Amino acid sequence: MYKSLFISSGFHIGIIMLSIFTLPFIAKKPIDVPPLVSVELIEIGKLTNIPFAPKAKKIIEKVKKKNEKLVSGQAPPKKIKKEKNKKVNIDKNNKIKELASKKMPTPENKIKKIKKEKIESVALPDKKKEKIQLKEEKMQKPSKEIKKENKLKKNVEQLKPNVEDLKVKQVSEFEKKELFDPNNIAALIDKSKEDFGETNKKLNKITQSQDTSMDSSKLTLSEEDALKAQIFGCWSIPLGLPYNEDLLVRIKLKLKPDGTLIKTEILDHARMNMPGQGFFKVLAESALRAIQLCQPLKVPTSGYERWKDLQLNFDAREMLGG
Amino acid sequence: MKIIKFLTFICIFFLSITSNSFSLIEVDITRGNLNPLPVAVSPLSQNNESKKIFKNQLNLEDLGLEISKVIENNLKKSGLFNPLSRDAFLQKPDIAHLKPRFEDWSLIKAQALITGKVLIENDRLKVEFRLWDVLAAREMLALAFTTVPSNWRRVGHIITDKVYERLTGEKGYFDTRIIYVSEEGPKTQRVKKLAIMDQDGFNTKYLTLGNELVLTPRFNPTNQMVTYLSYFRNLPRVYLLDIETGVQEVVGDFPGMTFAPRFSPDGKKIIMSFAKDGNSDIYTMDLENRIVERITNHPSIDTSPSYSPDGKYITFNSDRSGYQQIYLMKSDGSNVKRISFGNGIYGTPVWSPRGDLIAFTKLHKGKFYIGVMRTDGKGERLLTENFYQEAPSWAPNGRVIIFYRETKTDKKGEGFSAKLWSIDLTGYNERLVETETDASDPSWSSLLSN
Repeated sequence: MYKSLFISSGFHIGIIMLSIFTLPFIAKKPIDVPPLVSVELIEIGKLTNIPFAPKAKKIIEKVKKKNEKLVSGQAPPKKIKKEKNKKVNIDKNNKIKELASKKMPTPENKIKKIKKEKIESVALPDKKKEKIQLKEEKMQKPSKEIKKENKLKKNVEQLKPNVEDLKVKQVSEFEKKELFDPNNIAALIDKSKEDFGETNKKLNKITQSQDTSMDSSKLTLSEEDALKAQIFGCWSIPLGLPYNEDLLVRIKLKLKPDGTLIKTEILDHARMNMPGQGFFKVLAESALRAIQLCQPLKVPTSGYERWKDLQLNFDAREMLGG
Repeated sequence: MKIIKFLTFICIFFLSITSNSFSLIEVDITRGNLNPLPVAVSPLSQNNESKKIFKNQLNLEDLGLEISKVIENNLKKSGLFNPLSRDAFLQKPDIAHLKPRFEDWSLIKAQALITGKVLIENDRLKVEFRLWDVLAAREMLALAFTTVPSNWRRVGHIITDKVYERLTGEKGYFDTRIIYVSEEGPKTQRVKKLAIMDQDGFNTKYLTLGNELVLTPRFNPTNQMVTYLSYFRNLPRVYLLDIETGVQEVVGDFPGMTFAPRFSPDGKKIIMSFAKDGNSDIYTMDLENRIVERITNHPSIDTSPSYSPDGKYITFNSDRSGYQQIYLMKSDGSNVKRISFGNGIYGTPVWSPRGDLIAFTKLHKGKFYIGVMRTDGKGERLLTENFYQEAPSWAPNGRVIIFYRETKTDKKGEGFSAKLWSIDLTGYNERLVETETDASDPSWSSLLSN
């Protein structure tokens, strides 16, 4: 009788003790991982440029590498890193300064970088283009660096007198540069988005590749919408088209990774010269003008292989109320 | 057996891989903008020799510039083009005509460029022009015209027609004329004369002296003949006037009032209303053999007949249902059916030269509307609304409608003015058509350069 009382009371005490000590731990766990936090972080990051910080390190390193190349041309980057570390160890104030300098100039450096990138995509005097392209190649193919450096030197020597000429005659250059400023700001915003995209993609890479249900041969809805919205704004529909005819023109594009055009091809080209289909030529030309006007197209930042060939189906029937 | 299964499996596997890897991404573009196309009209270049001749003959300092102004004005009025300011042009006209620097033109956001040259060759004016696609950096059209120097405005209109056709896909309407009733004097004693002008309001000529009241002039679609209603000796009758010779004659020998005349699409017949004893019906008269044919036979008022472009059908308005509505019938008068069923009174139906729409005037709740509907009466769209407006007439390409509107001239409502207005088929781009005097009853000619 007593045994059973002891056993039952023992169990009861045990349960009470368990509930006292274990339940708070259980209750604490969900508080520790609030799902809202991650959302807030992303939003704050957008507003305060926090996500630039990890990216900034890379940019600083790149800029430093460039500077090193400009100064010495041969100095291996590893050695400099070591030197810097030594300096940091010696002086704490310097370290703070360095940290501050790392944070502060990042947007500026970034703007400079973006400026360079943006200028490449827009029409510029050919000579400048050459320079930038050569720099790019230098970065991409380190094995051929020495040869191209020599080439560069030669080019620079050849360019020296011409640069002055350019300064004198091309007044419109200044206008162009001024015109690009707002674009650069836009590019900065776009770039920040791209940065997000890149980091997110890096994180999600494994899951995306593993997810077999995803159709990799299509654009996502948001990617498609961005592209559509861009072209909607560029396409001036010829109003004289006969709306009871087939007003569909299919154009195949070959694109560069930055969205600029390599090649366009009208798929129903035979219709251009068919009798009674004169309107098709007008329609096709308007579509080509829209693509030319819109380039570089707002294509996704990754998956170039996926969208390097793209087909745009321009259909004017909806707009002309057919 | 196993080998076959294995092979088919491999085939299916590779097919699935290839179909996935080579499938092209397609994006449907179903919307665009209807903004006017930015176009640069470079002044047409000319050499010094021609310049002197133009100044002597035409009293014009720069004929090339004047022609480019005509083109620019036409394009702007169409509402489909936005001619860019000449001040922004970076390239000289003569060099631009040889080879445009497309970067300069795209910098000012031009998508199309018109360049040209004017010169005198054997005492005749020669005008060359080229249309360039700035974005594609290529020539789209190149033509040359030769005419007498005094005809330079028409050359500007013809160039506009060619440019319009090349860029919009439909024929232009710029090398055309408009005939209308010129009005002067107070409302009770209006002097009404027949007047004709270019579609842009220039070169106005008066065809009658204003001694008789004239109404509803209509162009022959095939040549420069006009039919109209004149109250000669206080008897309202339909007349025929040859614009080139000035000869006019009465159409038919009707024992009463004839009115609302209009030509058939082939220009061989005139269709009109004949009123007698309070009843009016529709008749046609063959201009070759003068045979008169009665088309409708109804105790109601049938008037304002208009042929379809193929000549197979006639639209008219009638009050046979109690209120004035629009009806449709075969050209022989059979199969009459009502097509307008909206609220209000419908009148003056005019068939579009394209054949797809009928323009009309509608009176509803004290306001006048100019509208269009499909030939089955469906898809009614009211384009413009005002205190008093009527008499729509189509441009030869069926895109623009011209009509006249009466407005009160002061706040008290005393005095009034009648002016011509044009409106695009979309209901936008409503514009005043400049005339020397007050104007009513416009009729648009077909293209002169056909």
